[in-house]
Amino acid sequence: YYLNYFMEKVIVAMQDPDMGMKMRNQRLLITVIPHAMTGHDIITWLIQKYSICEEEALHLGGMLLKYGYIYPLKEPRSIVLHPDETPYRFQTPYFWTSTRWPASELDYAIYLAKKNIRKQGELMEYEKERYSVLHKRINHTWDFVVMQAREQLRASKQRRKADRIVLECQEQAYWLINRPPVCSILLFYTALVYTCVALCLCLQIETCRRALGRNRVKSSICLEGFVKYSEQYQNHDPIMQGCLPSNPWISDDTAHWTMNAEMVPTPTRLRVECWSFSFMELLKDVMGRKEFMTYLEKEFSGENLCFWQACEDIRHGESSKIAEKVEEVYKNFLAPGAARWVNIDSKTMDKTLEGIKRPHRFVMDDAQMHIYFLMKKDSYPRYLKSDLYKNMLAKAIIPQETKKSVFPFMRRQRHSSPSPAQAAAQATEEDGRGKGAGPAGTNSDV
Amino acid sequence: MSEWCICSVFALQKVSIIIVIFACVVCKYIIYLSEVQLNETLAHLKTESETLKSKLEEERAKLHDVELHQVAEKVEGLGQFVMKTRRTLKGHGNKVLCMDWCKDKRRIVSSSQDGKVIVWDAFTTNKEHAVTMPCTWVMACAYAPSGCAVACGGLDNKCSVYPLSLDKNENLAAKKKSVAMHTNYLSACSFTNSDMQILTSSGDGTCALWDVESGQLLQSFHGHAADVLCLDLAPSETGNTFVSGGCDKKANVWDMRSGQCIQSFETHESDINSVRYYPSGDAFASGSDDATCRLYDLRADREVAIYSKESIIFGVSSVDFSLSGRLLFGGYNDYTINVWDVLKGTRVSILFGHENRVSTLRVSPDGTAFCTGSWDHTLRIWA
Repeated sequence: YYLNYFMEKVIVAMQDPDMGMKMRNQRLLITVIPHAMTGHDIITWLIQKYSICEEEALHLGGMLLKYGYIYPLKEPRSIVLHPDETPYRFQTPYFWTSTRWPASELDYAIYLAKKNIRKQGELMEYEKERYSVLHKRINHTWDFVVMQAREQLRASKQRRKADRIVLECQEQAYWLINRPPVCSILLFYTALVYTCVALCLCLQIETCRRALGRNRVKSSICLEGFVKYSEQYQNHDPIMQGCLPSNPWISDDTAHWTMNAEMVPTPTRLRVECWSFSFMELLKDVMGRKEFMTYLEKEFSGENLCFWQACEDIRHGESSKIAEKVEEVYKNFLAPGAARWVNIDSKTMDKTLEGIKRPHRFVMDDAQMHIYFLMKKDSYPRYLKSDLYKNMLAKAIIPQETKKSVFPFMRRQRHSSPSPAQAAAQATEEDGRGKGAGPAGTNSDV
Repeated sequence: MSEWCICSVFALQKVSIIIVIFACVVCKYIIYLSEVQLNETLAHLKTESETLKSKLEEERAKLHDVELHQVAEKVEGLGQFVMKTRRTLKGHGNKVLCMDWCKDKRRIVSSSQDGKVIVWDAFTTNKEHAVTMPCTWVMACAYAPSGCAVACGGLDNKCSVYPLSLDKNENLAAKKKSVAMHTNYLSACSFTNSDMQILTSSGDGTCALWDVESGQLLQSFHGHAADVLCLDLAPSETGNTFVSGGCDKKANVWDMRSGQCIQSFETHESDINSVRYYPSGDAFASGSDDATCRLYDLRADREVAIYSKESIIFGVSSVDFSLSGRLLFGGYNDYTINVWDVLKGTRVSILFGHENRVSTLRVSPDGTAFCTGSWDHTLRIWA
């Protein structure tokens, strides 16, 4: 917008304290408006400054008026520069077209609302028309509009009358030039709505097309899957089948939780059985994972599980540590001659090595998937048949069911347990200072 | 104007067809062509969408050779169900809106309309931590997998993470970390497999994945046409998908890596308030204001069961499965909890106890009990 730049240059020159225009106070009805000038002064100054003739000065002055950099005090709607005693003022830069383009619908609505309140409904015809159009368009924020209008009117009441009139003139001049034409508000809004709807439809079409290309499985097979799953896990479902020795919530006895804690010397039978249901169940259980690692190390394939764990750490860890973790994994598992080299097919290896150049959270995904399925199809079934697993299953405990209390109304004391947050805090403290801290469990109300 | 921003983001991210349509519409605006032409483009898109949808339904129907209850005929029926309130947690001053379990199987975090977020040891019913949020209506809360932090948010349009400190004198609010930023209320949040990432859904129609450490947006998910009310992460091996349900009656399954919607289901007749995966990850259940719960199978790519009864006319606010997936618990707006036999499709039991609508329901991590939160200011543990 070079035009605006040049115009602003002229305006700035006009306002120069030494070489600029002589300003004086102008009388408007009974109020004195400061810093005003006459049309005649403007023309004279322009002629002098730019060494141009009167016609050209009139034309230039007229442009400044048309683009809103100066405005008339007496006849606000006139856009013809009168080279006589007609008073004009400089528009405040806040209202310069260049800084305020495009004129916001909301601002215009607030301006009209203010005028409406002040003049008690006496708006010009075209203003009334726009007011009702805007009211329909931005109905949902109309309360805000009225509230803002009231606020602005209240604030302006506290100004000196001269200032208030100046501001009103400035505002009016601005909106006369920059009022959003009715049809463009409508069309803009319509285009916006249509674009949103069109995009939603496009996304739906895209999703549908992708869905059509899916491989679907017969219902009979899927539904049979649910029946099998529910059957398999029924004994493990405390709500369905109860749990041993007792459900802590019913008996107030936490033995069930103690027996199934993360690391116990001997796990329960149900827990060890669960490891045979799926590879995911084995890996989900910390103890199961440890057992599996022991087995893999016997078979000299422990690096597979280590690699898988390292990849999980990258995927779910802090963003800032991704680059260094990827470097570590490369050094330990993927580099030629690495200490714990994992066996990945060449295609995946090439793709991964390429990706490592620009490490991101999912760079190891393909390699990790490959190793996961390798373990699942090969090592896992063999583990389930191994002595290691069979022995674990044999020595696993089946807790005795707690006999119901002789006095059913005697409630057991409910013991509290250490908060996980405390365990973590203790761990960091022990690392740092070599001594434990904090009481074991909290029992007081907050 | 935020819609305009979303539109531009769409256009930049998605397929060329969208960019072309977008450009056409914008060009049309610039040339000031009539509304008629815009209408024509939309009508064309609408018919294409409808045709594809009906084709999809046809494909889905082809492989539907049997109903769930038919397959379940050979399964033993369930006996009488006795579940009672075993604990009542009192302490919230207003409607309880959301709750989540800690991995230690006994602690929970709950949030309410008065802006309070409380961490309880539900077993002893002691309150361990309390935070007052700067906004009311805390509609979402979640416990971190490590048990060391909680996340919550609501009308403040944000999701904040509070590390849990054991120092009684420490003000938890001081360590608060603002992670997610939406342009409308936060309806649900959940940590992914670690404390480092949070998945959120919002009234602005989007879901988003955030990095907790930096507060950075990792991925955003666009596709719902209205507020997204709920989400759940898949328990799958590869751990890369999640499902969301919204006011547009749709349940969408998303790929977390690419941000794409991979499956979409639209059979509910009203807002979907809650979605929960079946324990195997092959299906998910949804609860809606249309008073039904439905089961959708992801491999068959269709709805496979509806859980409804003529006597149930109030909407479902939240659903969850028992550990084996045989039972589906639904919290309803008529203050009750209905227990459904997932395979046979029948209602096994109805539980009374709350004195106002049940707003949230979650089964504990080891399946020993489930917890409900209600507008009657209390939480109850049932077993």
